[in-house]
This record gives sequence, structure tokens and C-alpha cells, in this order.
Amino acid sequence: MNRSQIFRWLLFGEWRAHLLQATVAIIAIALGVALGYSIHLINTAAYNEFSAATKSLTGQSDLHVRGTQAMFDEHLYPTLMARDGVALANPVLELDVVVLEKQAERSDNKLKVLGIDLFRAIEISPDLIGIPAEGKPLDGLSDDAIFLSPAAMEWLQVKQDESLQLRAGTQTINLRVAGGLVRARAGQRIAVMDIGTVQWRFQHLGLLSRIELKLAEGINHNAFKTKLAQELGEFYQVTESADQETRVNNMSRAYRVNLNMLALVALFTGAFLVFSTRALSVIRRRHQFALLRVLGLTRWQLMRQILSESAVLGVVGSLLGLIIGYITASFALQLFGGDLGTGFFAGIKPVLVFSLPTATVFFLLGLGVTLLGSAVPAWEAANAKTAPALKSGSEEMALKKLAKPWPALLCLGLAGLFVLLPPLFGLPVFGYLAIALLLIGGIALMPYFSTLFFSAALTAISKRISNVIPALTLARLANASNQASIALGGVLASFSLMVAMAIMVTSFRESVDDWLGQVLPADIYVRLAASGDQGGFQLPQQNAIAAIPGVGRQDFSRFFELTLDPGRPNITIIARPIDMTDPRNTLPIIGETVAPALLSDDVVPIWVSEAMVDLYDYTVGKQVSLPLGAAGNDAQSFIVAGVWRDYGRQFGAIQMQLSDYQSLTGDLNINTAALWLQTGITAEQIKTTLNNLSFGDALEITQSSEIRALSLEIFDRSFAVTYLLEAVAVVIGLLGVAASFSAQTLARAKEFGMLRHIGMMRRQIFQILAAEGGLLTVLGVVLGFVIGWSISLILVFIVNPQSFHWTMQLYLPWGWLVIVALVMVASAALTALIAGRHAVSGNVIRTVREDW
Amino acid sequence: MLELLNINKGYADGRQVLSNLSYTLGAGEYVAIMGDSGVGKSTLLNLIAGLDTPDAGEILMDDIAISSLDDDAATRLRREKFGFIFQAFHVLPHLTLSQNIALPLLLNSLSIESVEQMLVAVGLQGRSHHFPSQLSGGELQRVAIARALIHRPQLVLADEPTGNLDPDTAHEVLMLMRTEIKENGASGIIVTHSKAAAATADQVLVLTKDGLHPAVTN
Repeated sequence: MNRSQIFRWLLFGEWRAHLLQATVAIIAIALGVALGYSIHLINTAAYNEFSAATKSLTGQSDLHVRGTQAMFDEHLYPTLMARDGVALANPVLELDVVVLEKQAERSDNKLKVLGIDLFRAIEISPDLIGIPAEGKPLDGLSDDAIFLSPAAMEWLQVKQDESLQLRAGTQTINLRVAGGLVRARAGQRIAVMDIGTVQWRFQHLGLLSRIELKLAEGINHNAFKTKLAQELGEFYQVTESADQETRVNNMSRAYRVNLNMLALVALFTGAFLVFSTRALSVIRRRHQFALLRVLGLTRWQLMRQILSESAVLGVVGSLLGLIIGYITASFALQLFGGDLGTGFFAGIKPVLVFSLPTATVFFLLGLGVTLLGSAVPAWEAANAKTAPALKSGSEEMALKKLAKPWPALLCLGLAGLFVLLPPLFGLPVFGYLAIALLLIGGIALMPYFSTLFFSAALTAISKRISNVIPALTLARLANASNQASIALGGVLASFSLMVAMAIMVTSFRESVDDWLGQVLPADIYVRLAASGDQGGFQLPQQNAIAAIPGVGRQDFSRFFELTLDPGRPNITIIARPIDMTDPRNTLPIIGETVAPALLSDDVVPIWVSEAMVDLYDYTVGKQVSLPLGAAGNDAQSFIVAGVWRDYGRQFGAIQMQLSDYQSLTGDLNINTAALWLQTGITAEQIKTTLNNLSFGDALEITQSSEIRALSLEIFDRSFAVTYLLEAVAVVIGLLGVAASFSAQTLARAKEFGMLRHIGMMRRQIFQILAAEGGLLTVLGVVLGFVIGWSISLILVFIVNPQSFHWTMQLYLPWGWLVIVALVMVASAALTALIAGRHAVSGNVIRTVREDW
Repeated sequence: MLELLNINKGYADGRQVLSNLSYTLGAGEYVAIMGDSGVGKSTLLNLIAGLDTPDAGEILMDDIAISSLDDDAATRLRREKFGFIFQAFHVLPHLTLSQNIALPLLLNSLSIESVEQMLVAVGLQGRSHHFPSQLSGGELQRVAIARALIHRPQLVLADEPTGNLDPDTAHEVLMLMRTEIKENGASGIIVTHSKAAAATADQVLVLTKDGLHPAVTN
């Protein structure tokens, strides 16, 4: 009871006297927790909704049979239906179809259309059965009827009985909205039609996307699955719901983890700030704590007092952070959607769910970070020798232990070790640990470097100094650098991370820009708005495009998706003309290649993206087989002839000669035509000619410069959240400078009072403060740049390849870095000055007379 | 009550300050210790309070060997049986006068009802809610005296308690200190350079490198 009274007195007394420092620490913790919590809430809501929406499309089936390619022959359906152990087989054809009215909105013009067998689906996926209008019970079988989910109706602005026009290749399909899908998930944009109608009207006769199986009672699912998979061979995948969940998880895991890590950066920066404010507070109160020890407070009680004070800050900051985080997440979901504009979770409407365990985890994280930041200062204060601590001038002694370089060097050594380790569970866990250690080690070296640098500077110019300002400034920095270095802990952390992120983002953006230049060599790209995986241009249309006057060269490409592992997202196969004299002329090759001249005639070369090497071990020179062509054929054998860089498809892509693909599969369809214009011909002329073709209104015609600009715009939008997190980290850092310098100058009120007594002008004291703040920040900025650059190397060469399976070149945004460095130095000097004004404006007689 | 037995204390730089020092202080005695600067007066107080440990010898407080106590036990002994007064008043700036004075009571889990009475005793009645910044140097030292005596310690240790005060205020504070120590039935040791201050004690001792000796009176 009585001790708790002491705790309250000391806590409120400290808060009353140093409200700014307490407020800054609370804001830093709150911002860190808020960011981490909101990002987590958004990610979880989006992921759960995306997962549930995906699951809702497959109903209550036990197993799904899919082709390794997007579609397969429907002849498999009667075989499976008649198979022993199968209680029910439900065929599904799933298409992403372009809506005519939305065709111009290229990034968001597709509607997911599910073709189902009404009589089968009613038992396995009852949620997908449309509700027809009264008096039209057989609309579900009608050849012009489409049933829309509420979200789809809202998006398309259509009601029951109104018409809807969809694209199928070069044709337009007119449909009637026959009713709604009342059980579709909120925000889920889907449509359902009779499967026969979809096959016929969308030109996919005889094709299915999957067959859902309900097994008879008593059948062993695993044994059935294994046996069926063996019988069906490489061209089919037999999966269950768990595989689907793994696949959905793998699609966005790296993105979600990296975003969470970025959010934690802000919390981490907050921890440094808490450390610096708490350390300076403990140092300032060193005499007070020594007195309490003399009066009878035990070491443990003193440590508990300091940690409890910090815990109060942590509790208030964390609770505030949870509230801000929830509100932020709610606004962000409404404004930017569940993927914050990156496109990972398109077509869903996530709902924010409050979870007490999650909130508790983030609360404890905030509290833990606060206590961690206070642990070292509390330990030092509790273990300080009481008698010496009572004497003035002992403050710098308190920090001597921090100036020892070996713990910092140990952190740096461990960081060096961690960067050599491979990813853990497919994630760059050791890369992130190395970044944390590098940051801690680098910042811990600041006092050491500070002493070293300013002592050398003082020695070098001591004989030539005639002005008292530089003499006092350098003497203070050289002999009491520990406190000042701690003051810079927060800003050093945020500047280092900002440098690292800036270098990483610039490197990525420049690499993407270079890559776009390599992969988009033609002037114009043409594709059918609704080509899908089946390829839109058949031979007559290809000939029509090839015959256009003014086109010097045209390359046709075939794109489609292929499933190699049911637990992973699909890979992309790209068949196109490749320069066999040197594939580097066509592909952004990295590393060694197998020269085409060295390949024997019976081997088909393929070139794989970096992700294929990481995820499927497709190394150069390796022989692999791919299930291409019609099911029932043997899988084709290929040799990996090289690795190319692909920033467009993080789950893997394979390129091969179009002629090889066509001869192996007999598939002559293509998706895209790349056109090179003859000299003197403008893109507009070619666009007009293309639009005048008989299928011209179904074409998407894009200049490479437009694709490039759009790609970079998407890139910038994806990294917008990164810039926001960086900005918050910097604000936290600058708040730290304000709080730390303010605390320091207040603690030095007596020193300034003495200087005023012996004749120093107030403006001279301001000059000292500004010079100290400026010089220290210059050193901090230099060290911060070195730490940040080192972290950027880990981000560029370890974290990115391990997360997204692509490498990049290093680019440094010098201009931007110099501007930010100058802003930081100016802000720190100004903050030191403003904080100093308060200390110097007090009564000089009083400050000297006060005993602390 | 307090026994110093063959105390030796040197510093890390090799300087020996106390050699074979022995002394016994009885209950209710009030002594002043004088001596040259650096002879070890403050060190002796720190050793008695358990804030520092002797290199050799023993310090007994009510037959308890202070140097044999661990830090927590020494802290508890200090909390209960000692009161401290410093030259630099060491009053917590963010606490009110009554809160500053109440600290030893709270640490000993005692009622804080006697604080107002103590404020009256040291002449600071009606100012319990004032902060240290509102007080003069003499008043601050009165607060320190009140804090040193509020929990009725057996021994009050004062290290140059009037070093920061003018002669008139110093005399006033010294008399107050003596009165309060005597009225509380405590013993006291005052370390000082001032003969006037030393004169307020029952006995004046001089610390030299040979030990503690009674001062020669003229």
C-alpha cells in the first residue's frame, strides 16, 4: 500500500515535470502498435475473406479433380461418375469473362462465371444455385439466363430481367439476368449459368475446369485420392480443401509477411525511442534514485519502480495503438480494399473482425517493446554504486558500459552469420533477424564512434581554437558523447531504415524499369479482351493482323497457366519466338545458359524464371518433364537452357519457342501479338487499322510505353504503404530527437546557468546547442547511411529473392538521400535549439542553486 | 550502539584513507567529526551506512555486522535505523514537501500522519503542498532534517549539512537538528569543516590518518 503510494508520487511527479517526454514515448509506442495491428487486421480480414470466397466456390465436395492446364476434356466426367466409391460427381466450368461495358477498365473488367450442372450442384454446392423469378422455375437451364451475386449486380448496375453483355473471344454474348445468388459472400462478384450454355456460348465445348467429387460413406479419402491420382497421371491433379487453402496461403504469404515486417519496423523504431527517452530520464534522475537507495529502496524495488513507470507508458501507448490501429484498418479497408491497392485480393469485400487474442498479442508486443527499451537503463540505475551516484558529474559514468564496442560487434558478427543461412519455411526469417542485429549493433556503436570522432577532432583543433563555442561544443561531444548518442538512437534507427527502404525500393523500381524495357521491345501489343487461357486469335485472325500495312515485324505469343504443384499457385507458360542464335536478345537472361548450338535435336529447350529455380529446382542444364498438350499424351521432356528475370509472375514462368510448343501440342491459338512499326508509321495509324478489322472492337491495343507507365504506376501504388510506413518511422525518429534533446538541455540547465554567470550570452548558448545537435546528427546521418546501406544489401540480395524469388540490381537514390540527410540535420539542430530555449530562459541564479 | 572495529579502507588508486580505525558510539550521543579534506570523513559515513564496504574490520550496529549484510539486508537496516542529511539537500524536485518528508515512512510501511507535525517542528507549517523550487536553501535543509528524523531512526548521519548555508541560517539549522535528534532520542554523527557547527555536538572528534581522536579544546 505504502510502496504503491511512493510509486504513484514518483510517477506523477515525473510526468508533471516531463510531460513532453512521456507523451512522445506514448505516441511512439501507440504509432508502432497501431501500424502493426492495422496491417495485421487488414491482411487477416482480406486473407480470410479471400480464402472463404475461394472455398465457397467448391462447396462441400471431398475431392477436386483438375487439369494441370486450366481446362480438360469432359470425357473424364462420366468415367469418374461411374467409378466405385464416388457418391456424386459435379462438373464445373469456371471462366473469368470480360464485361462489355467495363472493357475499358482493363484492370477491373472481369466477372467470374461458373458453369454448373444444376441437378448435381444442388447436392454439393447449394449456395451456387440461383433463385429464378416467380413463374420461371426452369430458368436455371435456360440458354440465355445468368444468375448474379448481389455484389456483381451492384458492380454491374443491373437488376433481374435486365440484359448483360459479355465477351467471348471476338463475339459479344447477350444474356438475361434471371435472378440472384442470395447465399454468395458479401462483396463476392460471381455469376452462375448452366454448364452446357457456358460451354456452348463461350466456345468451350467439351471442356471442364474441374470435377468435384463427393465420396461414398466409408471410403478412405487418402487412399482413394492417391489411387485416382496415380491412374489419372501427370495431366491431372487430385486435391482436397486443405490443398486449396495451402495454395491460397502460398499466393499471398510472402506479401503478407513482408508487409507485417515493415509494420513492425515502426514498432522497432519506437523501441529505440523508448530506450533513448527512458535512458535519458534515468540518467537525469540518477541522483534521485541514489537518494531513494540511501533512504532504503532496495535494488529490486528501484528496478521495479523504473520498469513500472515504463509499463504504464507501454500500457497507455499500446491501448491507444490498438484503438488507432482498428480505426485505421477500418478506414483503409473502405478506401483501398483488403490488398491496399496491390491486387493480391481482388474481387472480395473483407470485413474487419475484432479478435481478443490478436489484440492481446499486439498489446503485449507494445508493452514488451517498452519494457525491453527500459530494461538496460533500469538495470544500470539499480546497480549503480549509491555513494558516487549522489555526486554530480556521475551521469556519463552510467553510460560507460554502453560505450564498450564488443556487444555491438557481437551483434554485427551474428548478423553476418545470419545472412548466410537459407530461408526458413520459405521465408527470409534469418534475413530479418540479420537486419535487426545490424540495426542494434550499428546503433550501439554510435557512442564509441562519437567519442572516437569528436575526441580526434578536439585534439586536432585544440591548439588552434580561439573561439569558445567550438571549444565547448567539441569538448562536450568528445567527453560526454554517450548521452548525446543515446538521444540520437531513435533518429538513427529511423534514418537507417529509411535509407535501407529507399535504396531497396529504388533498386527494385529501376530494375523493373530496365526489365520492362527488355521484355517490351515492340511498339504495340494486341490481345483479345477476353482471350483467357484458351488463346483468342485463331489462324484467320493471326493472318489478318500479319497483313496490316505499316507493320515491319510481328511476333505472336501463347500464354497459359499450368499447375505443377497443387499446393502452389499456377506457373505461366509463355510460348513465343526466341532468338536461338542468342536467347539474350529476346529474354532478360541472368547467369549462365546452355548455348542452343550445343543442344541435340531431340531435346526441347526451355528458359525458366528465377522462381522456378527456387520453387521447383529447375536449374540450368536439368532435364524436366511438363504436362503439355492434350491429356492422355505422354508428358514432354525439356532441358532448362537458361534462367531469366521475371518481375511479373512471382510463382514461376517458363518460356519456350512458339514453334516447339505448336509442334508438341498442335495448339495454334495465340493470345498476344507484338507489332514493330515501319519507319514513318505512327501508333495511332496502326490502332485505327486494327480497330477497323472485323474483330476490332474486341481488341485491347496498347503501346509499350503505356504498359510501362501502367506497370510503374502499379509498382508505386504497391509501395505506397511502404512510403507511409517509412514516413511514420521518420516522424517517430524526429519526435525522439525533440524529446531527447529537450530532456538533455533541461538536465543541463545548471550548466547553462553557470555559463551565463561567467558571462556567456544566451545566443552563444543557443549556438552551442545548435552546433552540438547539428554535428551529432551529421555523424548520426553518416553512420545511419552506412547501416542503412548494409540493411539495403540484405533486403535486395537476401530478403527479396527469398520472399519473391527474384533478384535485382542495386541503385542508390543519391539526390533523395542527400535531401533527407540535410532535412534530418536541420531538424535536429532546430529541435536542439528550441529545446534549449526553454532551459536557458529560466532563472540563472535558481538553476545554479538547485541541487539537481 | 555503533561499534567500529579496526576499520581499513583504501581506494583503487592505492590511497589509504582509514587505517585500523576503532570507535564506539553510545545511544543518544551526538558527535561531530572534523578533519582535513580527503582524510576520509565522508567515506566513514558511507561505511557506517552500508553504502560502501571496508577492506578490513567490522562495523556493528546493535551487534549486527553491517559489512556482512547483503545489499538488500543493508538497505533494510539503513531504511529502519538511519537518517541522512546531505550538504546538497537532495530533495526530490517533483514531490511536495510533505511527500518528500513522508518517503522514509512509506518505505518502512508506517503511517504518514506524523508528517504535518514534523513540518511544524521544523518551522514549515502550512507549506506541505509547496514544491522544493518554492523554498530557500535553509528551508530545503529543514525539509532534509525532517525527512531524516520522521521515521525515528536510531542514528542520524549528517555530511556537511550547513555547507551551502549562510552563517545565520546554518546556526538555526544546526540548532534545529540537535534539538530534533535529542527529542527523538536518536544518536547523531555530523561531519563538518565548521567549528561552529561542530560546537553544537556533545563531543567533537578529529579524523586523522591515525584514527579518531577527541579534539583539543582551547
